[in-house]
Amino acid sequence: MRRSASAIVGGGIVAAWAVVAIFAPLLAPHGEGQIVSTTVFAPISGRFPLGTDYLGRDMLSLILFGARDTMGLALAATALASFIGVTLGTCAAVSGGMLDAGISRVMDAMISLPGLMFALVVVAAVGSSIFVLIVTAAVIYTPGAFRIARALATDINVMDFVLAARARGEKTPAIMFEEIMPNMILPVLTDFGLRFVFIVLLLSSLSFLGLGIQPPAADWGSLVRQNIEGLGYGAPAVIMPAIAIGTLTVSINLMIDGFEVRRRLGFADVR
Amino acid sequence: MSGSISYPGAAGRRKAFNPVVLRLIGRRIVANLLLLLAVSLLVFLGTELLPGDVAQIVLGQGATPEAVAGLRAAMHLDQPAWIRYFIWLGGFVSGDFGHSLVNGDPVAALIASRLPNSLLLAALTTMVSVPVALFLGITAAIWRGTLYDRIVNIVTVAAVSVPEFLIATLAVLVFAVRLHWLPALAYLGGADSFTGLLRVFALPVITLSFAIVAQMARMTRVALVNTLESPYVEMAVLKGAGRVRIVLRHALLNAIGPIANAIALSLSFLLGGVIIVETVFDYPGLAKLMIDAVSTRDMPLVQACAMLFSAAYLVLVLLADIASILSNPRLRFQ
Amino acid sequence: MFADSLHTVEVAGLRVSAPGPDGGGRPIVDDVSFSIGRGEVLALIGESGSGKTTIALSLMGHARPGCRIAANKLRVGGTEVLALSRRELAAFRGRKVCYIAQSAAAAFNPARRIMPQVTEGAFIHRLMSRNQAEAKAVELFEALALPDPAGVGGRFPHQVSGGQLQRLLAAMALITDPDLLILDEPTTALDVTTQIEVLRAFKQVVRERQVTALYVSHDLAVVAQMADRIIVLRDGRMQEMAHTRRILAAPVHDYTKSLLAAAVPAPAAPTQAEAAGPLLQINGLVAGYGRSVGTGGPLVTVLQGIDLAIEAGSALGVVGESGCGKSTLARVIAGLLPAFGGTIRFAGEPLAPAVATRTKQQLRRIQIVFQMPDVVLNPARTVARIIGRPLAFYHGLSKTAARRRTVELLDLVHLSADVADRYPGELSGGQKQRVNLARALAAEPSIILCDEVTSALDTVVGAAILELLAELKDKLKLSYLFISHDLGTVRALCDRVMVLYAGRCVEVGSGETLRHRPLHPYAELLLSSVPELRPGWLEGIPPTPPLGMALATIAAGCPFFSRCTYRIADLCDHRPPPVQHLTKGAEIACHRTEDELLALQTTDRQLTVA
Repeated sequence: MRRSASAIVGGGIVAAWAVVAIFAPLLAPHGEGQIVSTTVFAPISGRFPLGTDYLGRDMLSLILFGARDTMGLALAATALASFIGVTLGTCAAVSGGMLDAGISRVMDAMISLPGLMFALVVVAAVGSSIFVLIVTAAVIYTPGAFRIARALATDINVMDFVLAARARGEKTPAIMFEEIMPNMILPVLTDFGLRFVFIVLLLSSLSFLGLGIQPPAADWGSLVRQNIEGLGYGAPAVIMPAIAIGTLTVSINLMIDGFEVRRRLGFADVR
Repeated sequence: MSGSISYPGAAGRRKAFNPVVLRLIGRRIVANLLLLLAVSLLVFLGTELLPGDVAQIVLGQGATPEAVAGLRAAMHLDQPAWIRYFIWLGGFVSGDFGHSLVNGDPVAALIASRLPNSLLLAALTTMVSVPVALFLGITAAIWRGTLYDRIVNIVTVAAVSVPEFLIATLAVLVFAVRLHWLPALAYLGGADSFTGLLRVFALPVITLSFAIVAQMARMTRVALVNTLESPYVEMAVLKGAGRVRIVLRHALLNAIGPIANAIALSLSFLLGGVIIVETVFDYPGLAKLMIDAVSTRDMPLVQACAMLFSAAYLVLVLLADIASILSNPRLRFQ
Repeated sequence: MFADSLHTVEVAGLRVSAPGPDGGGRPIVDDVSFSIGRGEVLALIGESGSGKTTIALSLMGHARPGCRIAANKLRVGGTEVLALSRRELAAFRGRKVCYIAQSAAAAFNPARRIMPQVTEGAFIHRLMSRNQAEAKAVELFEALALPDPAGVGGRFPHQVSGGQLQRLLAAMALITDPDLLILDEPTTALDVTTQIEVLRAFKQVVRERQVTALYVSHDLAVVAQMADRIIVLRDGRMQEMAHTRRILAAPVHDYTKSLLAAAVPAPAAPTQAEAAGPLLQINGLVAGYGRSVGTGGPLVTVLQGIDLAIEAGSALGVVGESGCGKSTLARVIAGLLPAFGGTIRFAGEPLAPAVATRTKQQLRRIQIVFQMPDVVLNPARTVARIIGRPLAFYHGLSKTAARRRTVELLDLVHLSADVADRYPGELSGGQKQRVNLARALAAEPSIILCDEVTSALDTVVGAAILELLAELKDKLKLSYLFISHDLGTVRALCDRVMVLYAGRCVEVGSGETLRHRPLHPYAELLLSSVPELRPGWLEGIPPTPPLGMALATIAAGCPFFSRCTYRIADLCDHRPPPVQHLTKGAEIACHRTEDELLALQTTDRQLTVA
């Protein structure tokens, strides 16, 4: 595992955002949703480092608080997707036969629905509560985690040390936990990072379309949407939340690239 | 290339579409059709989760119970779910996509009016992005490890990671608001000349292409580099072949399958990106239609659009599979 | 100057260093000097890590990523290699120096036809037109004794056999008439019977065209056939350099002597078998893969009608070439692949076909040990934990008891106790294989199935493992089913030997009976194909009949029919051969009688008994 400049830079930025999300109330200069100025869409200034929004609220504070919604939701959905996907994928690879075929077909069908579109359909049907958003995002990105885990587990499953364990008479669960999973840790962690990026992009796109988190809660995507009028004035209020998303996702990708594990995952870039 | 030379003894062995390949392709087609069927089931189930009474919602609060009951019967809402599914599926296959709940127009007509616009946008984006992406990916592979490669890598990582709407808003901010070069909204009526057309489409196409080019270029590079690490490439180095020859003559041929796969999968990004782009630029396409339908809970329209998008995605996946099958010489020549 | 022009290759003070952990260089080749005259064949002999491939590649100016080449003189065909620029180096490679790799299948691009790859060198260096190049290629194909020289160029690599592909690789290397030809273990990956044809073809072409060659190998016997002079290497340093005959007859250096000793392992002393019935008994075993709907048997039959018996405390060797089913036999006995037919009895009781249906005692008493040291141990676990698994699983030992037992087991396989806390990635191949054995011994088995356990190891290291196995057999009264493709290795360890061909047993006897005629025709071919340590052996073998479809599964009759010198048409290909007991104390499956074989074999072939 070679560590390079991109890994360190990327890791630093992600760590910074994590701190922000956790300590937002302590770090933000103004209260959450507090209107502090009569100037809407103010440009960058000493008093408002990132300008003000369409109501006159401080953008910096809004973005700091928004980090919690953006990252928190995405983290929950990613954890769910990874956990289910990896467990099912490993089981499918080790058990083989009907179980493998059955689950794989279901996952293939799920991956055939373009993600954003599927989210739209679900939101149209049941609205967009936090629960629905997390579950929908998890459902969309579980098949990807499943495929990665299954491919990894299949490769490991045919190695001689696993065969030796089988010849000893060890049962499937023991083989999964003792022989196979410990050898999957690094690639699975990498995939977790990638999945997190996809989900952040999905949820913020939904919010941008007005179908994500509903007010008064506001993640970064919603902030862009709320301030879209400011585009005509060249206000930073529109662009700053989007840039925040960009820094988060780009730095995670830089981290992954820096550790050079991506290659083994093949075309994991696409869901 | 080598395929055009014939050697004694090679005659009769150059049928690319031999029975094995045809059978494999046939199986992929059937598998994808089954997937489409499964998708239709998912779409139907998803949209039937609606809480509340559809007929009531359509007619509004002031409707009489008889009217609601009549509409329910007309919409087959009192039939069990699986019968409704087959009625719906049957209608779909025969081209009847139902009627919009909002204005009563046949969904097929609504779609037909918007589909060509989306197809135009998709086609323009493909024509622009594929050559650029292939060029970037191949040159990055040829000169891998150099500064050029590192720059390409960082730029593409950034492009892939950022949300579409960031690119869209940035593009509008720079080109429309600050520089006034291009219009911020896509008003198709203003495209009466070729340059007019270019101006209207420039921003949407550039926005869409940005992420797709980056994705495709990265996957192309990865496919080529994987091939470049094959032992027969080291053999070519030991024969004295130069960088360009190695990539173009040795690696490219073996990487065609994965590269075609990469192109097809990246183009599937279009399906997601077009939703954002059509919204930001107010482009009258299918995705915008779907968004509006979602906002108004116009379920038949939503279902039809979802099916179309999925079908498009599956077609792309099928093309990628076929490319993989055809590029494997072990299958083509037994 | 006059002296210079006599030598095609001159190397003085060659030193190759790999990047070290602290940034400094770590020498993998140190102070190597030699020269090769025109038309001479020089061999580099050594185990893995000796630097032989590194030296060969550095003659082309090629090194592994990060490594640096330095030398006082590194001259090939008058050109100082280290003084060449990148572009000059590209023009130099493939033109003045050509390379034949170990694995032909890896050196050919599977997506392109053979002819353009063979002639590519001529185009890169702009030596001749396409027609000229192709004509020359066909000429080389003929010289290398390839079947169908005119048509083979139009095929894809996967459509020709391994032996043919290796010869095509030679043609690729010779198309530019290089000053130096480097052969890097070209026959290591081939079966012993295929190897002969390839070696013969190489030697012929090299002699005919007066090619200067550098032959890299770990196999002394092969090198004895091919090379005029030999350099023995160890850890990147030269140990000894002399003419072939001198090195073989009177080696000076200790390392050379140990290499020679390891190449011809001494046959085992027969063990006294226990009086009780056989530990493992197999009758009429049929095994394969897939399920054929018609017959209800396997889709692909790998083993057919196998009978064998192993007494407690004795070892049975199973010999055969790739695809003969020997590994499948081990897996069937271990329960990893259930048999389709036949019976297996273990310790007097019937043994269920699959692991899941066997008792824990049965599972414990039969242990299997695999070939590849790199994948045989879980890389994410320490040695202590790896050995602890069977200790917990079979004996339910507590942590402290398991730790104690682990140290005992490591001692049994001659490893120090501190190995227990290391990860497999930190161990050498020989050490990993010993841990592999220790894990099998942890179960306290009655029989160990050894599946090519020394084949992936260097000769010296493998010889040490063999010694260990013999020692354990005596000490613990273990039985072995020892599978290998190397007859010499098998004879060194086993009391009895079984020869398999295409899934059938063709001869069974003691190691001693395999030296005496009459032999089964395949056993004879196998024995005569094993290279011996004397030069001139290769020339002494009469040409063998062209290799037919190797290992075709013939429904009825003898599977060896297409390659057998003594076959009887209309009999051998229609009726399965009967089992005969020979007076020498072995059994063979052949239609020919003992007297017929005796007469035919003594006149036709010279089989010198080593």
